[in-house]
Amino acid sequence: MTLNLEPNIADPDGFYDELLAVHQGLSDADSQALNARLILVLANHVGDRQVLRAALKVAAKR
Amino acid sequence: MVDIRYDLAFKLYPYEPIATQTQPAQRRPVVIVGGGPVGMATALDLGRKGTPVLVLDDHEGVGQGSRAICFAKRTLEIADRLGAGQRMRDKGVVWNVGRVFHGPEQVFEFNLAPEGGHKNPAFINLQQPYFEKFLVDEIRVAQDEGVPIEIRGRHALTGLEVVGDHVRLEVDTPDGPYQLEADWLIACDGARSPIRDMMGLSFDGRVFEDNFLIADVKMMADFPTERWFWFEPPFKDSGQSALLHKQPDDIWRIDFQLGWDIDRAKELREDNIRARVDAMLGEGAEYELEWTSIYTFQCRRMAQFRHDRVIFAGDSAHQVSPFGARGANSGVQDAENLAWKLDLVVKGLAPDTLLDSYAQERAHGADENILNSTRATDFLTPKSEMSKRFRNAVLELARDHAFARPLVNSGRLSVPCVYDGLSLNGPDRLDGPARTRVGAPCVDATLADGFLLDRLPGQFVVLSLDVDAPQIEEVDGVPIHHVSLDLSVDDPNDMVRARYLGDAPYAIYLLRPDQHVAARWNTAGADDIRAALRIALGKGAEI
Ligand SMILES: Cc1cc2nc3c(=O)[nH]c(=O)nc-3n(C[C@H](O)[C@H](O)[C@H](O)COP(=O)(O)OP(=O)(O)OC[C@H]3O[C@@H](n4cnc5c(N)ncnc54)[C@H](O)[C@@H]3O)c2cc1C
Repeated sequence: MTLNLEPNIADPDGFYDELLAVHQGLSDADSQALNARLILVLANHVGDRQVLRAALKVAAKR
Repeated sequence: MVDIRYDLAFKLYPYEPIATQTQPAQRRPVVIVGGGPVGMATALDLGRKGTPVLVLDDHEGVGQGSRAICFAKRTLEIADRLGAGQRMRDKGVVWNVGRVFHGPEQVFEFNLAPEGGHKNPAFINLQQPYFEKFLVDEIRVAQDEGVPIEIRGRHALTGLEVVGDHVRLEVDTPDGPYQLEADWLIACDGARSPIRDMMGLSFDGRVFEDNFLIADVKMMADFPTERWFWFEPPFKDSGQSALLHKQPDDIWRIDFQLGWDIDRAKELREDNIRARVDAMLGEGAEYELEWTSIYTFQCRRMAQFRHDRVIFAGDSAHQVSPFGARGANSGVQDAENLAWKLDLVVKGLAPDTLLDSYAQERAHGADENILNSTRATDFLTPKSEMSKRFRNAVLELARDHAFARPLVNSGRLSVPCVYDGLSLNGPDRLDGPARTRVGAPCVDATLADGFLLDRLPGQFVVLSLDVDAPQIEEVDGVPIHHVSLDLSVDDPNDMVRARYLGDAPYAIYLLRPDQHVAARWNTAGADDIRAALRIALGKGAEI
C-alpha cells in the first residue's frame, strides 16, 4: 500500500465540521490531548508502517 | 590498602594472603577482575570447560542490597547448564501477571505465562546477592571436583599494562601489593570499571535526568505476586511512576521516580522514605526497611568490547537503565558467549580472532538492550510536553482499547537476541521456523524424558531430527556431541516438531556451545558440517 494523497473523504465539508465540533469548547490542553488520541486511533487503523512513515514525512514537511 | 566500598550480604571469599606475594609475577592463562554475577558466571563456565581461571575481587563477598531482582528465562537456562539453576528456581518467586495503573485506575493487565514446554519460567524474582551466592556455591562444588578456579577476595586490581603476549597486573591486598601476569584479562569490574579508566577508554551514551528511589521493604502482606506499575501514581509524593514487586523472604521492591532536582540526602532520610511508603501501602501497614538507595540511570556502551588481550563483559562494557531487567541478564549472556570462545582460544583450537566475534555479537546484543531500555525510559520520562501528551493518550486509550496496550512501555522484559547476519553464522538450508533460525538461541521443548536444553552440554552439538547425521566426532580437534531424536518416540507433544521443523519433514542442526544455532539443513554431509563448524570457530575466511 502507498499513502493516498488524493481526495478520499466523501463530503469533505461535513467531515471538517465534525473535526472542529469535537474540539468545540475544549481548553488548549484538552484539545491537544484529543488530537493525540485521534492520531493514535487513526495510526492503528492504518497499521502499515510504510504508509505511516510516509504520512509522518508529509506532515513534518513545511 | 584496599578500600571497602560496600557492606556484604554474604562473606564468601575471605581474604587470604598468597604465598607467592614476594616472588616474581606468576603467569595465569585467564584472570577475571570482578566477582559480580558476570565475573562468576564466566569463571564457572570457563573452569568447567577445563581452562584455569583466577578471579580477583576487591571485596570478600557479595554486596548488600539487591540491585537486580528479575532474572529471565535465558539466564536460568544458562544457570542450569552451569549447575546453579535449580537453587535459583527453588528460592526465586515466579511471577506472570503484571498490572499497569495510570493514577488510581488500572489501565490493563498482562500475563507473561510462557507457552508450555519450557523448563524455566519467563522470569523469577530473586535478590541479586542470592543469584551471586548460588554461582559461588556452585564454584565451590566445582572446585571440590577439581575444576581449576581460584577466587581471591580483597585483591584489588590497581594497575595494568599490555606487554606483547600478556597483560601485567598490579594487585593490592591488605598485606601490600604484588604483581601477576595474565595471557587474557577479562574485565568484569562493573559499570564504573577501573580497568576502562586505566586504559583510557570511553563509555559513551545517555544519562537520564531522573532519580529513582529504591526501597526494599519486608512485610507480611497479602498483595498478589504480580508486578504493579503506576504511571502518575495517586499516592502522595510518589513522583512520576512507581513500582511494587515481590521478592523472596517477604521482601517487596518499591521504586519511586523522583525527578531530577532533588535533595538526595533529604530523600534518603528514613522518615521521608517511610512517608512515601506509607502513602503507597496505606495507613497502618507494618514493614521494615531492608535496603534503600537512590539511583540515576544511563544507557551507554564501549565502542569495542575487546582490546587485544583485555576483554570487557557485563556492566563494564555496557550499561542500561533497569526497565526491562537487561543488565545482569545480558551480562550473563556475555559470559556464556565469551567462555566457550576463550576456552577454545586458550587451548589453541581456535584462532584468537574468534574473540572478535564475541565483541561483535555482544555489541549487537548491547545495542538491542540499549534501544529497548532507552525507549522504555522515554515512555516513563517524557522529554517534552508533546511526548507526555502522547504518552498519556496511550494510557487513556489503553483502558478501553486493546490496540493501545502494546504501546504502553513500562519496560520490555529481557529476551536473548538473535545474531542475525553476523560472522559466525553458517548456512540456513531449512525451510524451518523463524524462531530457531541460524543465530537464534535454541528454544526449549519437553521431550518424552526431560527437556531438550538439558540434553545440550556446553559443546558443539549436531542435533538430528528424524534423520541420520554423519557421525563426525571432531573437527580440527574440537569435539562434537551428537543428539539424535526420533520424534515419534521422543517428541510426544509435537513441540520439537513445531519449534524446529515447522513444515519440514526432518532436519539437522549444528548448535554452538552457547546453544545458539550455527547452521541448519534438511540433510547435511560430513563436509557441510565441517565447513559450518569452521565458520563458527572464526575460521570462515581461511577455507
Ligand atoms: C536498581 C537496579 C535494579 C536492577 N535490576 C536489574 C534486574 O532486575 N535484572 C537485571 O538483569 N539487571 C538489573 N540491574 C543491573 C545489574 O545489577 C547489573 O547489570 C549487574 O550487577 C552487572 O554485573 P557485573 O558482574 O557486570 O558487575 P557488578 O555486579 O557491578 O560487579 C563488579 C565487581 O567488580 C568488583 N571490582 C570493581 N573494581 C575492582 C577492582 N579494581 N579490583 C577487583 N575487583 C573490582 C566489584 O567489587 C564487584 O564485585 C539493576 C541495577 C540497578 C542499579
